[in-house]
Amino acid sequence: MENDEKILIENFSRQLKYRIINMAYEAGSASAHIGGALSISDIVSVLFCKKMNGLDSNNPLKKSRDRFILSKGHACLAYYSALFLKKFLSEDILSTFEKNNSVLLGHPVMNREKGIEFSTGSLGMGLSLGIGLSLSSSKNKINNNIYVILGDGECNEGSVWEAAMAAPNLNLKNLHVIIDKNNFQQTGTTQDIMNTSNLNKKWESFGWNVSEINGHDIDKILKYFNGIDYTNGPNLLIANTVKGKGISFMENNNDWHHSPLSKSQFETAIDELNINNNLKC
Amino acid sequence: MLKFDERKIKLFSTIGQRATFGLVALDLVKILDNLIILTSDVSTSAGLDRFRKMYPENYYDVGIAEQNLIGVATGLASEGFKTVTTTFAPFQTTRCCEQIKVNLGYMQQKVILVGLASGISLGNLGFTHCCIEDFGILRSIPNITIISPADSLEVAKTFEAALYHNQSCYIRLTGTSNNPIIYKKDYKYEIGKSIQIKNGNDLTIFSNGSIINECLLACEELKKNNIDASLINMHTVKPIDETSIKNACIKSKMIVSVEEHNIYGGLGSAIAEVIAKKNFNKKLLTIGIDDYYEKGGNYDYLKEKYGLNSNKIVSKILSSFRNL
Repeated sequence: MENDEKILIENFSRQLKYRIINMAYEAGSASAHIGGALSISDIVSVLFCKKMNGLDSNNPLKKSRDRFILSKGHACLAYYSALFLKKFLSEDILSTFEKNNSVLLGHPVMNREKGIEFSTGSLGMGLSLGIGLSLSSSKNKINNNIYVILGDGECNEGSVWEAAMAAPNLNLKNLHVIIDKNNFQQTGTTQDIMNTSNLNKKWESFGWNVSEINGHDIDKILKYFNGIDYTNGPNLLIANTVKGKGISFMENNNDWHHSPLSKSQFETAIDELNINNNLKC
Repeated sequence: MLKFDERKIKLFSTIGQRATFGLVALDLVKILDNLIILTSDVSTSAGLDRFRKMYPENYYDVGIAEQNLIGVATGLASEGFKTVTTTFAPFQTTRCCEQIKVNLGYMQQKVILVGLASGISLGNLGFTHCCIEDFGILRSIPNITIISPADSLEVAKTFEAALYHNQSCYIRLTGTSNNPIIYKKDYKYEIGKSIQIKNGNDLTIFSNGSIINECLLACEELKKNNIDASLINMHTVKPIDETSIKNACIKSKMIVSVEEHNIYGGLGSAIAEVIAKKNFNKKLLTIGIDDYYEKGGNYDYLKEKYGLNSNKIVSKILSSFRNL
């Protein structure tokens, strides 16, 4: 059973990566943030394929749905791909990515009918929104979970720490933050640009329940989300990830932070993904 | 709709615009149980101490962290709560401008921002605590209504109207306690619709906020100089009441704007934009803060320095009017 679950998620993740690469290629010279989308692909897959409840494209505004906030909005290719796999977005809409008048721009634009909870991309703002949602759940006595993905580079933003300080004080039990720790930001390594080492100690000292795992190990991600105390948040997961994960020439190569894909690069990437077309999730 | 008798109007005036805001919140939360007020450690300054104690479920203090203040309020607003944030005007606007732009402007989530002690009333604390930039900065962000109430009663009426308004509002509170009464009796108030306070045929003064009282005094002084001035309370700076500006341009020889704000970007600029856009071809005198930070001092001192007391307003108008 557990193995089936894992296969399902792995398949979802492969499809997700396939869609990321496809959209990035179709964006052409407009270019796309690929590396940071791939680094969250496994975390996003576990959340959308397995953990998040109440996601229903036929009832997208369902009050009790779990919420997903992509604070590092530039990784939207992973978000859009997940929404496609959950049937919130059609293939036609996906093909409009970054095109004129599209609802799918290079950073998410709030569109709850399509599953996009908030407009993000101006970094450091998603966690505060998550706190607002978490407070709302508790006031409305809705038993759901709020998931927020931050980047490790994003943690340079002071507003992240304003929110990090507030959440434990507000006693938010259903708030779950995942830091995509891929060790890169736009122009270099996080260590070189602004060293955010000991993120775990920093967040712990702010009053969060902190865990750290390999952000590409589906078993470990599942185990984490299955094991956390959903009544005793806020919880923080530091997911150690690889920028560009899954495509050999992109892995840990920051040139793929935001870059157009050539035809041959696209073909190589697709080959590497070894896609199984029978999506089971 | 809340009703206000003369006793209440006098009380509001005595306690000033800030404390009136906190007092009226006590009435509004009884009507709207989904009202949530969020502050950044300013409950006392906003007159919210009683509200905080009586309605802890409707009140959050997120500490001195204004970026988070706007984000949390937005999250709640997106789920249907009527959210109000408040802190001193500079921290309510420029400190968290990016959050206001993205959350209120771009995403159009409705939050009511209440900027305390805007303008120059806190001049003795220095310009960190004054705010002469808020109109200009917020006017350039789409989807936000901007209002500066003339007196404490108008604060109460604006607050209530904003809760039912269809977009985010910035309510700019000005003046001190013992806030001059402009409206002695309750009256009809509508966001976006200016109100004539005095009617005269020679020129029209547009103003808003507490400084409007200086304009009232100035009108009396102008009368002694045989100049009949209209005075219009342009409480809503955005969207601006274009009809009122048009009518003033038709009947007056000159338009004057008076504001406790930088002359760039505020009420005068908004009026100038309408006059230019509609080709009204009318002399406009913009009285306000002439784009510099004065040395600090109390409210009266700074009004004098910036030429915003009635005497200075009169002399500026006279010299401009006589040169027409």
